Amino acid sequence: MISTTETAVTLEVNGTSRELRLDNRRTLLDALREQLELTGTKKGCDHGQCGACTVLLDGRRVNSCLVLAVTADGSTVTTVEGLAADGTLHPVQQAFLDHDAFQCGFCTPGQLCSAVGLLAEAEAAGEALDEPTVRERMSGNICRCGAYPHIVRAVVEVAS
Amino acid sequence: MREFGYLRPTDPVEAVRLLVGSPEARYLAGGTNLVDLMKLGVERPRLLVDVSRLPLGDVTPTDGGGLRIGALVTNADLAADPRVRAAYPVLSQALLAGASGQLRNRATTAGNLLQRTRCLYFQDTAKPCNKRSPGTGCPAREGVHRDLAVLGASEQCIATHPSDLAVALAALDAVVELLGPDGPRTLPVTDLHRLPGDRPHEEHRLLPGELITAVAVPPPVPETLSAYRKVRDRASYAFALASAAGILAVRAGRVTHLALVLGGLAPKPWRARAAEQRLIGAPADEASFTAAVEAELAAARPLRDNAYKVPLARNLAVRLLCDLAAKGQAR
Ligand SMILES: Cc1cc2nc3c(=O)[nH]c(=O)nc-3n(C[C@H](O)[C@H](O)[C@H](O)COP(=O)(O)OP(=O)(O)OC[C@H]3O[C@@H](n4cnc5c(N)ncnc54)[C@H](O)[C@@H]3O)c2cc1C
Ligand code: SF4
Ligand code: FES
Ligand code: FES
Repeated sequence: MISTTETAVTLEVNGTSRELRLDNRRTLLDALREQLELTGTKKGCDHGQCGACTVLLDGRRVNSCLVLAVTADGSTVTTVEGLAADGTLHPVQQAFLDHDAFQCGFCTPGQLCSAVGLLAEAEAAGEALDEPTVRERMSGNICRCGAYPHIVRAVVEVAS
Repeated sequence: MREFGYLRPTDPVEAVRLLVGSPEARYLAGGTNLVDLMKLGVERPRLLVDVSRLPLGDVTPTDGGGLRIGALVTNADLAADPRVRAAYPVLSQALLAGASGQLRNRATTAGNLLQRTRCLYFQDTAKPCNKRSPGTGCPAREGVHRDLAVLGASEQCIATHPSDLAVALAALDAVVELLGPDGPRTLPVTDLHRLPGDRPHEEHRLLPGELITAVAVPPPVPETLSAYRKVRDRASYAFALASAAGILAVRAGRVTHLALVLGGLAPKPWRARAAEQRLIGAPADEASFTAAVEAELAAARPLRDNAYKVPLARNLAVRLLCDLAAKGQAR
């Protein structure tokens, strides 16, 4: 496939197929927020350092700020808006509510997507998740409000 | 970011042809370093050749009993591979000590080896930097160099190589497999990166257009144990201030095999050849480990704010070797 500065791509976002014409420079994060108006995914650092932009790309958690959208052509994307199924919160979302795992909520969409990805990774590897492991594996998500203890508890609860 | 064209070749030969024909083109794999640098304006390619879907994403056994790691195997998949975890713990540990879960899901073997230095001046286009703009100077020598090199640096550049994976692969005597316009060739990982000398902008020994297709790891040396250890400012999710990869075998209290590589200290993974030579046949105890590592670090030339790295690296390497020796004895 050849393109100069713009490329047409198809993405399946939260179960819906979307066709986009993209400037090659556009990141997946900006395509989601600006073009698809899915503003749940947050922009923090824009350099892979905070995890606010975490989404699931073909089922795996990634920093959408470092993914050029054109490279995701044909992929599936799940954002925080796509975690709940048929009006029922995802178990991780419910656990965050139950454990008071956020304050301002800015990092929360990324934390949620990261936790969902982490749980899938552990399940694929047949691993049990204890607190230190969850803390380490969630360390790519920075929370300015310091909600970590409650976040870790919420994730451990869903894991067990 | 400057505008760029985007191409997605379907086979490696085509990828090489595209890159060779366009001097301002770059290969794009996971993008976790290249896209970052494009945002900063440090990299300004006119064309991205997206290699991320080339069929180079598998880990396969080699005839000799080792493993061939495709260039596009992600850091997450490589760390989790049961063969890697069983036979090459140093490799798995090094990968898991780097970056975050999200980044490791994108970061690839080849991209990790060729990632650029984290020197702050290199990343800031408003500042001079011999590596980014040859001949403009090196503000790091007088400025912020707490993270930078104590071994192998030059007057022109004191950057460190940031990869954890490269340190482990250098200890394993891994070999990089390349495809260029004139066909395939190989290069030991220990020869992949250059020391800066007076040409700090030339970081590695790839020829123009060459594509890394795989990294081959020889079979584990019998009776060895291996491990990776990393010191960083936080408990996780930070680059190494110092790190060490060790592969050790001990018989009757004496060292019979040793590979030791230091990370975070030099512009490339620092294979501690002097320490290795001193230790083969020597007693596997703390005193001889300390003497050998100190002999290796005698080459260190620290600056105002990074002298702490010398004792840090010594303690780290000695502790690593003592722990491997104790573990070997217990087994
Ligand atoms: C916040 C943060 C923290 C990090 N922490 C760590 C850490 O602690 N330890 C660590 O080791 N790393 C760390 N990293 C770096 C990360 O591991 C690298 O960015 C990643 O491994 C690069 O791989 P990639 O596939 O994304 O490469 P890309 O960004 O796609 O490419 C990097 C370079 O390699 C070239 N390239 C890619 N593939 C090939 C190929 N097959 N042949 C020839 N050239 C090729 C590209 O042209 C480019 O120049 C961190 C990164 C971030 C953003
Ligand atoms: S240490 Fe190297 S990369 Fe850093 S400013 Fe000096 S020349 Fe540039
Ligand atoms: S916005 Fe992507 S990691 Fe911070
Ligand atoms: S809840 Fe405020 S940043 Fe995490």
